[in-house]
Amino acid sequence: MAYFKRVLIANRGEIARRIIKTCKKLGIETVAVYSDADKEAPFVKEADQAVNIGPPQAKDSYLRVDKIIQAAKETESDAIHPGYGFLSENPAFAKKCRDEQITFIGPSSEVIELMGDKIQARKKMEEAGVPIVPGWNGKLESVEHAVSVATELGYPLMLKASAGGGGIGMELVNDEAGLRKVFPSVAKKAESFFGNSTLFLEKWIEDPRHIEVQVVCDHHGNAVHLYERECSIQRRNQKIVEEAPSPSLTEDLRQKLCETAIQGARNIQYKNVGTMEFIFDGDQNFYFLEMNTRLQVEHPVTEEITGLDLVELQLKIAANEVLDLTQEDIKIKGHAIEKRLYAEDPVTFFPSPGKLEKLYFPSENVRLDFAVEEGNLVTPFYDPMIGKIITFGNDRKEAIAKMNDVLLKSEVQGIKTNLPLLKEIVHNEQFKAGKYTTKFIENHLQVKN
Amino acid sequence: MSIKKEISSPVPGVFYRRPSPEEDLYCNEGDTVKAGDTIGLVEVMKNFYEIKAEDDGVVETFNVKTDELVDAGQAVAILTLK
Repeated sequence: MAYFKRVLIANRGEIARRIIKTCKKLGIETVAVYSDADKEAPFVKEADQAVNIGPPQAKDSYLRVDKIIQAAKETESDAIHPGYGFLSENPAFAKKCRDEQITFIGPSSEVIELMGDKIQARKKMEEAGVPIVPGWNGKLESVEHAVSVATELGYPLMLKASAGGGGIGMELVNDEAGLRKVFPSVAKKAESFFGNSTLFLEKWIEDPRHIEVQVVCDHHGNAVHLYERECSIQRRNQKIVEEAPSPSLTEDLRQKLCETAIQGARNIQYKNVGTMEFIFDGDQNFYFLEMNTRLQVEHPVTEEITGLDLVELQLKIAANEVLDLTQEDIKIKGHAIEKRLYAEDPVTFFPSPGKLEKLYFPSENVRLDFAVEEGNLVTPFYDPMIGKIITFGNDRKEAIAKMNDVLLKSEVQGIKTNLPLLKEIVHNEQFKAGKYTTKFIENHLQVKN
Repeated sequence: MSIKKEISSPVPGVFYRRPSPEEDLYCNEGDTVKAGDTIGLVEVMKNFYEIKAEDDGVVETFNVKTDELVDAGQAVAILTLK
């Protein structure tokens, strides 16, 4: 029996298509919701039904809880998959689904709220024995309070919004004058972005690596990890390239990291697939950064190395089924790399919407999770990521060689994309050696158009 | 006779007349601006592009309101040159 009869997807683009694919495989009907800007989008055509939920801007459509719930009721959908971004980590949305007796494919609204509050998340993780970035777990009451806490911790520090995340609402401070200067503006930004001006302080870790662990937990006490993803190659605090497993971990460290992640997830009674993000310093010490209580953009690399379907696992867990997987069953079968194709200038990173006159990628030896097809319009309203290119090999070298081959044969015309940057990364010696940090893009690349 | 010039957005997106919802307008109709002054903001794919006056002048009128959509090349305001 299928886990659900009909699933509504409260998202768009490549992730909506990705969810439809697994639902089709499992015999579950799908309902797409779409804004006026997405009328012609592939995900709308691929779903069994589609409901228009309003004007292009996300605040008028994809972020409208009322319209999405109404669409779910009208189509008699028994579950909602939130994808990533938009309402996926909105506790009020998860609660509304529960109140309306529609299954939210994700953790409880209480857990989303807990992990969305970075101060609370730090406390919970510390309680579970998970190392957290050294810092202050309390609320900073004023600039004076912040200065006294900072003097005790020692500079440099990161001033962060407790309700923030994903690289938004944080500022590096090197001294007291710097802290005094940015405190009011960070608080104001936190208030306007997240509706909460609470700030906290963390030690600044220079030149770090970002490595995250995929956890999977059901409602019956089963919790496993699907190993880690290395996500250090970023631009503007956003990931461009991810790979699994990380080229920089020893087997012992991998095991320690993954077990720590499970420990943290168990402590909050997490139920769904989730990602524990860690930051590594130059001495291989790792610290908990935040938890993403949803499916991650870069989940395909984990699927490639484990052979598991993460969307299927989400559906299964949400349907209250028992996870019939033990940690021993889950093996790393090879190496996978994902590159994100962004509709943006490869040097300035400024977005480039427009018509995709040409979009060609070879179909062999590659997995393509794309939002768009040739001839589609890339609209200015949403995230610039238009697709993900994923290659798998028996080892890292093979995965890189396949990626190189795919990128060389690819062609995009009509809009600017970061394809030249992606090509350059594959050829970079530092990348090939697997020795890179979050400073990689600014330190090593000079893209030529 | 005064010379009028359009200030247009090179990118498509959503137009705003303030840097953020709580802040003041960049400028009002009738205000004098200098070349290089920001008169509006266009949000495109989660990024913001500042629309600047290219000449000194007086902002005659805004053709687009906050939260309205603009196309690439569309005039958002009319400037009377000084």
